[in-house]
Amino acid sequence: MNENLEAVIREICQKYANDSARMMDIVRDVQASMGGVSKVAMKAIAAAVGVAQVEVESVVSFYAHLSSESKGKVVIRLCNDFIDRMFGANRVAETFEKEFGIKFGETTDDGLVSLEYTPCIGMCDQPPAALINDRIVTWLSTDMASRIAKAIKEEGNIDKLNLPNGDGNNSHPLVNSMVHNNLREKGDMIFANFVPGAALKNAIAETPVECIKNVKASRLRGRGGAGFPTGMKWEFTRGADGDEKYVLCNADEGEPGTFKDRVILTEAPELMFEGMTVAGYAIGAQSGVVYLRGEYQYLTDFLNDVLQKRRDAGLLGKNILGKEGFNFDIRIQMGAGAYICGEETALISSCEGLRGDPKNRPPFPAQKGYLGKPTSVNNVETFCAVAKIMEKGAPWFAQKGSTGSAGLKLFSVSGDCKKPGVYELPFGTTVKELLQKVGAEDAIAVQVGGACGITVAPNDFDKEICYDHLATGGSVMVFGPGRDLLELAHSFMEFFEEESCGYCTPCRVGNTLLKRRLEYIIEGKGTPEDLIYMETLGNTIKHTSRCGLGQTSANPVLTTLQNFRSLYESKVKPSVDGLQPSFSLDKAVGLSEEIVGRKSIHHHD
Amino acid sequence: MSDKIKFTIDDVEIEAEAGQTILQAADAAGVYIPRLCANKNLTPHGSCRVCTVKVNGRSQAACTQPVAPGINVESESEEIKAYRKSLVEMLFVEGNHYCMFCEKSGNCELQAVAYRLGIDAPKHEYLFPSRDVDASHPEIFIDRNRCILCGRCVRASKELDGKNVFQFVGRGIHKKVAVNSDAKLSDTELAGVDMAVSSCPVGAILRKRVGFAIPVGQRLYDAKPIGSDIEASRTDK
Ligand SMILES: Cc1cc2nc3c(=O)[nH]c(=O)nc-3n(C[C@H](O)[C@H](O)[C@H](O)COP(=O)(O)O)c2cc1C
Ligand code: SF4
Ligand code: FES
Repeated sequence: MNENLEAVIREICQKYANDSARMMDIVRDVQASMGGVSKVAMKAIAAAVGVAQVEVESVVSFYAHLSSESKGKVVIRLCNDFIDRMFGANRVAETFEKEFGIKFGETTDDGLVSLEYTPCIGMCDQPPAALINDRIVTWLSTDMASRIAKAIKEEGNIDKLNLPNGDGNNSHPLVNSMVHNNLREKGDMIFANFVPGAALKNAIAETPVECIKNVKASRLRGRGGAGFPTGMKWEFTRGADGDEKYVLCNADEGEPGTFKDRVILTEAPELMFEGMTVAGYAIGAQSGVVYLRGEYQYLTDFLNDVLQKRRDAGLLGKNILGKEGFNFDIRIQMGAGAYICGEETALISSCEGLRGDPKNRPPFPAQKGYLGKPTSVNNVETFCAVAKIMEKGAPWFAQKGSTGSAGLKLFSVSGDCKKPGVYELPFGTTVKELLQKVGAEDAIAVQVGGACGITVAPNDFDKEICYDHLATGGSVMVFGPGRDLLELAHSFMEFFEEESCGYCTPCRVGNTLLKRRLEYIIEGKGTPEDLIYMETLGNTIKHTSRCGLGQTSANPVLTTLQNFRSLYESKVKPSVDGLQPSFSLDKAVGLSEEIVGRKSIHHHD
Repeated sequence: MSDKIKFTIDDVEIEAEAGQTILQAADAAGVYIPRLCANKNLTPHGSCRVCTVKVNGRSQAACTQPVAPGINVESESEEIKAYRKSLVEMLFVEGNHYCMFCEKSGNCELQAVAYRLGIDAPKHEYLFPSRDVDASHPEIFIDRNRCILCGRCVRASKELDGKNVFQFVGRGIHKKVAVNSDAKLSDTELAGVDMAVSSCPVGAILRKRVGFAIPVGQRLYDAKPIGSDIEASRTDK
């Protein structure tokens, strides 16, 4: 058994040249073949690639999809974020629990099924959704959950259910998925016709420096959320010292409510790969890596096939389009369930086979990034925009959108609206205009920018969505009458508590404290002082955290406190006896009571 | 090389070498900036955030932020002091710290920084986590109740001892220090004289049987607050 295990692991490690920088692939493969990465497996991996065993443990323990314990043959990961719960995820969860006779977080005794919750898997426009191993199931009902459970119990998989495929390339034989694009409004950019090679031809007709000049002239800013000018980032990377350079594509798409990259990956992967290749030419890189979130594993065969076709067509590989010395190729790196890996330095750590801890800056990735080399990390949509800029020219792009925010932007709209899905609209569109398009005129709140964004109240619906007013990497979540916004804030705080990498104190501890205090308020045990406490704590987390996660994780509380304060005020009351209502003596002495086996006698109210 | 970089911390002119961090430059000038994860023999970590300062109005960790000509560093403002207090209090409530019967009391940097910042009792709620103690090693024990996740042992083992005894596992609030073995500290290469042991700022990694050798009253921070040694070399006064 152990010899066999070691042989399997040796083979897996050899597949990746015993390179510890490919640790993510190694542990993912080990997990896939053995159901988990046990201590014995860790030891064998460590020996094969030449690192300490605890380093392997460090990686495995970081990612939600990896585990040292053996999981069931079938792992069902049900998305339980707020939107999915609005649309019945709880009932679906109950059905699964009843069918399999286990709770979420458990594995059946026969090792057949594990039930787990997962944060947003990028399917909020077709909720409730779940991952069943690598397959995605959407628009789950309790009926469907029963059918799925039956199939798994009978067949060990859901292949025979013949779930209907989704539209577009979701029906492609290499994708074969029931996911839908819900592409509601196409502009003339990302989803317009594109002939592979069209952008590259124009790019290589210029020098790399001219290419960068064009990107700068287009005024393109990063589509991943932070909005850094793309041309400038490329200029820094091109100018940095280094024999090798890298282009990384951020396809981690973990911000709750964002799913537009998924639709790009499904319908316009050529455009994205072409943008990456343009970047390779412009900054002088020979390799590119797409960091694809583990949840989108179902797209890898399809994407690899597109890559192969581009190699065959001379659009990747050596001397691209006959340009002597222009060599560039792309590989796909899978993630394994960690929101923080969308942060660019954490993404680099993960690509290097490490825990997804962000890195200290400086040095910035443009100076010292992937494997210590100058690296440009850009979002999926940013690369697509670059390709269009090369094809159509910088002025064509620059004249679209608003003053500070050029171009069109993809929005992923979900929640209480008639037409959830992806919209390509100019920057500068107001919340109100967007709500009209999606059929949600009765919204009581709109979450712009995902969990880390802003909870916008109706009196701000006139504001423009753009980098300078309401910024978003694409996520727009709509909440209609009757939705509980304190519960919404709470669900976002749960998300951040779960997804903090734990490296720095304010984010690791502060988010837990903030979430707890919010819980007391929701339970009716809050005082007016608690609101001030939360503001102070939120600002401390914001101003002392090491990376963008902690710098924005208090936003759900801070922005609802600002825009919906009356909701909080109606929940809190001054303490009558000077004691903290949130303190429970029963709870405080509970463990001691259990240990001594007696009940404490004290005053109950 | 020879060119000095000039900047200010709380309006005090500081001269630094290129390549220094703000914390290194401040230390050299005798200006104390509170810190916990930083240690002058180890690569900066930037995790505790107690050294947070404002650089031209923006929060940065002094231990990782390089000096630059003309920057305006704010360290002892009311805002920054409040952040630091809150962070140190977070470290207290995150673990189980009982100073009154901890053998590190008086030599503990967490306790000393707390005193220096004027913390009497944390304003945050105690989390009372359940954490492991590992006393399997003949010379050393690790009590994770008192660990503040500063990563000094991880770095010291790698950088100074040339070993790889400690590493972080888990994430978020569940993050903890693990050892390089199947389970126990005794199965690692750790030795009592290792820098990984002596670099722990709190009472989490301790040598056995030396606990109360130095009586209370004569310990490192009993007479003077932490940072006094740095301030003693203050040049501008
Ligand atoms: C916690 C966190 C998560 C992030 N997740 C993503 C993501 O999923 N996709 C993305 O493109 N950018 C994400 N970002 C932003 C990246 O750090 C980075 O700014 C971006 O990839 C740069 O590409 P761009 O300039 O093209 O936008 C995230 C940032 C933080 C702080
Ligand atoms: S803010 Fe700190 S703990 Fe949070 S994700 Fe960033 S580095 Fe990790
Ligand atoms: S001393 Fe700078 S972050 Fe800890």
